[in-house]
Amino acid sequence: MAEALLALSGVHTHIGQYHILQGVDFEVPRGAMTVLLGRNGAGKTTTLRTIMGLWKPSAGRIVFDGRDIGGLPTPDIARAGIAYVPETMGVFADLSVRENMVLAAQSGAPDAARLDWIFGLFPALRRFWTHPAGVLSGGQKQMLSIARAIVEPRRLILVDEPTKGIAPAIVDNMIRAFEELKRAETTVLLVEQNFRFAQALGDHAVVMDDGRVVHRESMAELARDTATQTRLLGLSLQAHG
Amino acid sequence: MIKAVLSDDLPRSPVLSLALLVILAVLALAPFLFGGAQAINTAAKVCVFIVLVASYDLLLGYTGIVSFAHTMFYGLGGYGVGLALYGWGATWGAALAGLAIALAAGIVLAFLIGLFSLRVRAIFFAMVTLAVASAFAILAAQLSELTGGEDGRSFSVPPLLRPGFTLLELPALGVTVTGRTLTYYMVFLSALVLFLAALRIVNSPFGRVLQAIRENDFRTEALGYRTVYYRTAANCLAAAMAVLAGALNALWLRYTGPDTTLSFAIMLDILLMVVIGGMGTMYGAVIGASLFIVAQNYLQKLMGTAAKAAQGVPLLPDLLHPDRWLLWLGVLFVLSVYFFPAGIVGRLRQRRT
Amino acid sequence: MADAPPIAAPEPVPLVRADYLPVLLVPALALAALPLIGSPTTWVTLTIAALAMGMMIFVISSGLTLVFGLMDVLNFGHGAFIAVGAYLAMSTLLPFAGWLQADSLALNLAALGLAVLAAMVGTGLLGWAFERVIIMPVYGQHLKQILITTGGLIVAEQLIHVLWGSDQKPMALPTALRGAVTIGPVAVEKFRLLAVGVGLLVLLAMLVVLNRTKLGLLIRAGVENGEMVEALGYRIRRLFVAVFVAGSALAGLGGTLWALYRETLTAGIGGEVIVLVFIVIIIGGLGSVGGCFLGSILVAQMANYTGYLAPKVALASNILLMVLVLMWRPQGLYPVAKR
Repeated sequence: MAEALLALSGVHTHIGQYHILQGVDFEVPRGAMTVLLGRNGAGKTTTLRTIMGLWKPSAGRIVFDGRDIGGLPTPDIARAGIAYVPETMGVFADLSVRENMVLAAQSGAPDAARLDWIFGLFPALRRFWTHPAGVLSGGQKQMLSIARAIVEPRRLILVDEPTKGIAPAIVDNMIRAFEELKRAETTVLLVEQNFRFAQALGDHAVVMDDGRVVHRESMAELARDTATQTRLLGLSLQAHG
Repeated sequence: MIKAVLSDDLPRSPVLSLALLVILAVLALAPFLFGGAQAINTAAKVCVFIVLVASYDLLLGYTGIVSFAHTMFYGLGGYGVGLALYGWGATWGAALAGLAIALAAGIVLAFLIGLFSLRVRAIFFAMVTLAVASAFAILAAQLSELTGGEDGRSFSVPPLLRPGFTLLELPALGVTVTGRTLTYYMVFLSALVLFLAALRIVNSPFGRVLQAIRENDFRTEALGYRTVYYRTAANCLAAAMAVLAGALNALWLRYTGPDTTLSFAIMLDILLMVVIGGMGTMYGAVIGASLFIVAQNYLQKLMGTAAKAAQGVPLLPDLLHPDRWLLWLGVLFVLSVYFFPAGIVGRLRQRRT
Repeated sequence: MADAPPIAAPEPVPLVRADYLPVLLVPALALAALPLIGSPTTWVTLTIAALAMGMMIFVISSGLTLVFGLMDVLNFGHGAFIAVGAYLAMSTLLPFAGWLQADSLALNLAALGLAVLAAMVGTGLLGWAFERVIIMPVYGQHLKQILITTGGLIVAEQLIHVLWGSDQKPMALPTALRGAVTIGPVAVEKFRLLAVGVGLLVLLAMLVVLNRTKLGLLIRAGVENGEMVEALGYRIRRLFVAVFVAGSALAGLGGTLWALYRETLTAGIGGEVIVLVFIVIIIGGLGSVGGCFLGSILVAQMANYTGYLAPKVALASNILLMVLVLMWRPQGLYPVAKR
């Protein structure tokens, strides 16, 4: 098995007095998409935020490409090559689409060829290039948020529920975008409740409940195993999406 | 019985209990212990400020609200009673009428400020109270026909309270009980009652909700308590107490004016007293006020002597100049906020465990 | 910089209507005051005075509002920077008294320039120290912030007494800037023109930095969502310090101008103007530079018009203005999109 790009072992996170993550262990293999599944409140978003350094882990190790990043400040983690697409999208409404992308390009200006590729995936961004990001629709903001994460090649992309509240047509756009990312062998850790989306793109599945990982399987097998789906996710492929 | 009087909120530290007893004894017996005017003035001022600072602790220490408008209510009380006695004659009726008006005005003002600004963040509220208090102070100084302007107003008090009035003579103790003595005991007893009342308020269910709001207002709101109402109520209660403190102060000084009640310096003094004494403890107000006022009156002499001794050394005489005592208090204040946010009282209580 | 060529949109692009309504308040207030004041020449003088005063207040407040928007920190000790800046300027001008008294605009401005430089560098350094020692330990704890910055204010003001003495100092205007120029029937004080010029320069500089540089980009993004800026790989803490230092330096500049405007200087100079500064940033919207500019002019107008018509209620009238604005827009004229 290829060496994992990201490995969490025994990670605990406390937010105030709440013990959210209670010993999270899983690995994210290189060049593939791992999907983090689970009910609401299972701790999926907290896991992503902990990896990104927005919450500090109170115990455990987070190893990224052989380097211990647990406890590092968020900017350092970002510079190590991890991009983050939060659930709230984090788009800067007062800044133009262009300015959002400029900020995201750590090494200076975005590369023209890369921008063309992104415009191909998300045409709306070209249309609204000089407009404040606040005028974009929800789906377009989500596209911008993803575009920021891929404006330069990153080693790992963390994505939190990109399809939440998004129209199905745009979801298809996103599936195409992620397929292309996968072709470029980008590693992605995706949190998703939309099982159709997860199943279409995911290679590996990690299921969380109550702040712990309760199940690990390849996505292909999980897609076939409706009994486990219902047990762990409270849904089945037919009922959702 | 003591527990009932103190509303079950005991000092919880032998050193603190001792200090409080000493302060209580000294204040209770002040007219008999001290002959000089300065000493008894200090004692009266301590009584007044205990009430004023305790009311501020209700706001800051228990509810977590920083307001810079507290001196405004203090001034309202002073001006209410003072102007009434000045304009309507030196009678009890006038004094009480003035007090009633001041209380009403203060509570309404506190209510309006509360409703307007308590919905918003602490910083916003603090700024607004600063602005309102400044405007009030300027108005009081400007409306000279009414308020006496910058110079304030001197007035006569009811005959019972006048220095010329002699109640009885106690040659055995070498003291004459005059109107001043009576005034002092009126101030002292009122302060005692008000302090105990404040203690009762903060230890009641209402007080506990206030503390919950201070800790986590979102959670308290989620639990079903309308925090705006509680905060406004706390604001009004604290304002009412401050008005009463102002009234007592005016009756003691037989004078009211912007410098003695409305200046920002007094607001800062209150802040210093409550933080150094101990926020959220009530007893901190007693310790803080006593320490501060005694130091203000007597420490400055010490600093003056030290400054003279340090003549010739660069900068040191300026640092030790008696007028600079606020500098050292400011430093102590900053250190307190960092290192002992629970103040002296908190420290004393900790040592016990 | 890769710029995408605009392509004809298949669907109409929503136009962002710039929100100019608040800007109309300035001429509205001016026009409302005209009939009350009566004499047009007095009105012009007052309005220009308001512009000058507004610029100075803007210079002082802009740093404060930006720091708040970015760091969620309100420095109640900001008044100390105003005062320290003024005193540093005064001390710097002492050896150059000759230049100030010379009837040469160039020498006057050179001396002033040096004084301003000293004031800004001094308060910038003080700001840096203040941020490290007083503010950084209490990030996110608003109650302690208010208390501790107030404590810092007390200590700073007392230190001014120690270093410069408690007496009132004169702050003489340079010779070439005294008096007024007559434009038609109106006399306009020369110093006020300078203040307006400086204020506009500062505004321009801020707009350029905020809108045309990467630093400005970071600040604007940070005001909206500091966490996301960090997640994009930027150390927002350094940004905080830079903005705080800049804000302090601007306060020093504003204090210098204010002291020259009043022609006297005491340790309490910060306290005089800080209440107006707070009113301005509340009216403008905490975190908004444009709102701050507008608010400064409105507050200055109010202060000048009522100062002439009914001086006793000058400050109270500004509080009334604040209440009215907040009733219209509870977050201020230009609220900043928050996290």
